[in-house]
Amino acid sequence: MVKRIVVGAHYGLRDWLAQRITAIYMVAYTALFVGILVGGAPLDYASWKALFSGQLMRLLTVLFFLSLMLHAWVGVRDILMDYVKAAGLRLLLEAAVILVLVGNAAWALQILWRL
Amino acid sequence: MSDLTQKSRPAFFNIFYLALHLGLPGYISFLHRISGTLLFLATVWLLFLLDRSLASPEQFAFVKHYLSLPLVKLPLLVLLWSFLHHFFAGIRFLFIDVHVGVDLPTARKTSVVVLALSLTLTALIGVRLW
Repeated sequence: MVKRIVVGAHYGLRDWLAQRITAIYMVAYTALFVGILVGGAPLDYASWKALFSGQLMRLLTVLFFLSLMLHAWVGVRDILMDYVKAAGLRLLLEAAVILVLVGNAAWALQILWRL
Repeated sequence: MSDLTQKSRPAFFNIFYLALHLGLPGYISFLHRISGTLLFLATVWLLFLLDRSLASPEQFAFVKHYLSLPLVKLPLLVLLWSFLHHFFAGIRFLFIDVHVGVDLPTARKTSVVVLALSLTLTALIGVRLW
């Protein structure tokens, strides 16, 4: 194990904080989304599309998906660090996870901006 | 300053041993990981459903039909539980981050609340949707 002074460089603090901030935002968005669904009429295509077409809701939803991908990155990376001991395999999996998450984020943007 | 230097120490991650000896808060934590992993793996599928449902009225109808298939309902129910567990356990962890509910009796109580809430809501929403 590498010997190092663990104070002063904020090892992991930024990721830890990002995971919490995105979590809080997603809780708020979920509450809003559930509120809208429960308060509204049964969904048809028109109302479902209208829901995401509003500029504000679209912005909030984009923020949700970007938060989700950042949040998932920290979480999945933590799991890989704990259970995948071989450094080469771990790097490979982390690279795959990053690509999937960036791809997901791009896809989510495309879905919302196409409307 | 020497006590700030990290000592080389053995890490203990035998999942099978831990699974047998974990307390309830430990299970909440482990289920948080499992549910998070499932949600991560399912994101592409859920994005596909969102994509199709917003594409056209015909595709919206297709998604509605697709989601009514028993073989689709089952994984969806698992994902519903995953989301609810991750949601409530996550809120519990956020409180623990700010030192609320850290002591063992409280941590055990909130663990029961998280389990009960996520399972009950999964059953209620599951019955209502299907």
